[in-house]
Amino acid sequence: MDFLQQAINGLSLGFVYAIIAIGYTMVYGIIGLINFAHGDVFMVGAYFGFFASTNLHLGFIPSLLIAMGGAALCGVIVEKIAYKPLRNSPKLSILITAIAMSVLLENLVRLKMTTDPQTYPETLLPQKIIHFAGLSIDNRQIIIILISILLVIILQFIVFKTKTGKAMRAASFDKDAAALMGINVNSIISITFAIGSALAGAGGVLFGILYSSIDPYMGIMPGLKAFVAAVLGGIGIIPGALLGGLIMGLVETFSKVYISSSYSDAIAFSILIIILIVKPSGLLGKKTREKV
Amino acid sequence: MFKKKISVILSMAMAVGLLAGCGTKAADETGDIKIGVVLPLTGAVSSFGKSGQNGIKLLEDQVNKAGGINGRNVKFFFEDDEGKPDVATTVGTKLISNDKVVAIVGPLTSGSAIALGPIATQSKIPMITGTGTNPDVTTKGGEYVFRACFIDPFQGTVVAKFAAEDLKAKTAAILYDNGNDYSKGLAEFFEKSFVAAGGKIVAKETYATNDKDFKAQLTKIKPTKPDVILLPDYYSTVGNIAKQARAIDITVPLLGGDGWDSADLFKVGGTAVEGCYLSDHYSAQDTATLAVAFRKEYKAKYNLEADAMAVLNYDAAKIMVEAIKAAGKTDGPSIVAALAKTNIEVVSGKITFDKNRDAIKGAVILKIENGKFNFVKKLVP
Repeated sequence: MDFLQQAINGLSLGFVYAIIAIGYTMVYGIIGLINFAHGDVFMVGAYFGFFASTNLHLGFIPSLLIAMGGAALCGVIVEKIAYKPLRNSPKLSILITAIAMSVLLENLVRLKMTTDPQTYPETLLPQKIIHFAGLSIDNRQIIIILISILLVIILQFIVFKTKTGKAMRAASFDKDAAALMGINVNSIISITFAIGSALAGAGGVLFGILYSSIDPYMGIMPGLKAFVAAVLGGIGIIPGALLGGLIMGLVETFSKVYISSSYSDAIAFSILIIILIVKPSGLLGKKTREKV
Repeated sequence: MFKKKISVILSMAMAVGLLAGCGTKAADETGDIKIGVVLPLTGAVSSFGKSGQNGIKLLEDQVNKAGGINGRNVKFFFEDDEGKPDVATTVGTKLISNDKVVAIVGPLTSGSAIALGPIATQSKIPMITGTGTNPDVTTKGGEYVFRACFIDPFQGTVVAKFAAEDLKAKTAAILYDNGNDYSKGLAEFFEKSFVAAGGKIVAKETYATNDKDFKAQLTKIKPTKPDVILLPDYYSTVGNIAKQARAIDITVPLLGGDGWDSADLFKVGGTAVEGCYLSDHYSAQDTATLAVAFRKEYKAKYNLEADAMAVLNYDAAKIMVEAIKAAGKTDGPSIVAALAKTNIEVVSGKITFDKNRDAIKGAVILKIENGKFNFVKKLVP
């Protein structure tokens, strides 16, 4: 019974990592950039959701949508002002810019909101404990799992069934050839950032609901773990990010339970090292990439 | 990671600069007497810092209205350390080398006080923390560091004794932050005393600072069926843990220390902390003349109820002001000599220092009922 209970804890955490990881992986897939500001877009999304629910007194779904919109806007602005001018620069310059954007976003929010933790309103998604076969399950955990699955399905639909998705896949395969085929690569890149950031924003709201409080630095740890998740599953591959996120959530939870709560983060990050040694392209990664 | 490294490097650079400037510094003999204050005005324990600042500002008004320190006005310089040790050393060094303060009140949290103490001693600037309860604050801090509150071994003992004797607890679980000096210290001393009192620790789990998810640890603690659970952390984390514990039907009383004492505990924890107990320095229901007068003036100035953090920081600053008055001079060694001889009545009780420069003081046990901290009993060392 305890095992099942812990599995649910691990899955709900894993899905939050997964929807952040998807953003990492999409951006990497299309421009080959590890967007280190992604964890902070997640944080910005959480704050948008917080405003929508406390200042505008909106319900759960509208708040979630506002957070996704706000985060998408934030992601696109970051892309336009920081990454686009550097698109043809060395990878390292753009990577450092990403770290700078991360620090900038954290401190902008800090300036505006201070570092005081803000409490997510309880009423946004009232807690109900479901007792079922000896388990006590938080309804919010289930809702979060369901919403994450729904978002992943919508994303798969966009990527594989729409024209935009086709263009995204083409651009990620070969930007120049895609441009020659009449695809507006710039706008496709922006759309990719918008979708990835919107998912991160949704993740922020879910995280805020699950763990009550948000602060300007809340994105750092989940961001890093989602990054590991993306690499674990094979960076650039969307189902890989989902798989990686779930593995990270479960490993973190179970190592807290069966090994030691002090070492859970160390264990989670050791996975990254092991994967990089054993299968550098990730669990679902196929092609072996050139050495950096 | 990067930020941390940069701030460590910066604070080291500043510390070096400070040492270089040490020889030329001369104490001002005229003008305002400057005292630095390091408090977490933002961050996870900002409500502590704001209360502390209110308390100290009230003292500043009172002292200057009554003629200042030997005819000179006192001026407090406030700096925000966000409750982070690395920031505390940076802003503390700034106070000492740029603002040329003659003494420091704070930092408020143990981790920050442990970090800043050695720098204060090196610069011969007396420092007094009102609330840093970890024993290392004074032992590692050195001869210029004083403390106006009880220490964690005492606090841990008080809570353990109360759990074993008054709550009749036989088993206890502990969930603490292994990256926080205050949390670790309290957990360790609680365990020692609880076991000594015949109790058994059935689970001991940790988490990292800034963790938000405690479900795994709590689910693991639940089947061990402890009579009480010790949560030695600050209010924002405790509120979150309490909520997650109640969500999986852990109904036993949660125990804590002075880190719980903030009205913001209820903002995060809501009803999840009802019926829980904590040890504290001071009860808002204290009827001593000084305490009643302080609460009245505090209420008149801020229209807020004075909490323990306001009282303790007020007291710490008051002890420092009185010591400077008694010393008649503003150089470090004279103030330290006067501090060591402190024997005054402050809001939270009578204060003297032992040989480790720690205050000899009692503690109170409070119970949370209807969103209020109610007095249960007083324990003396």
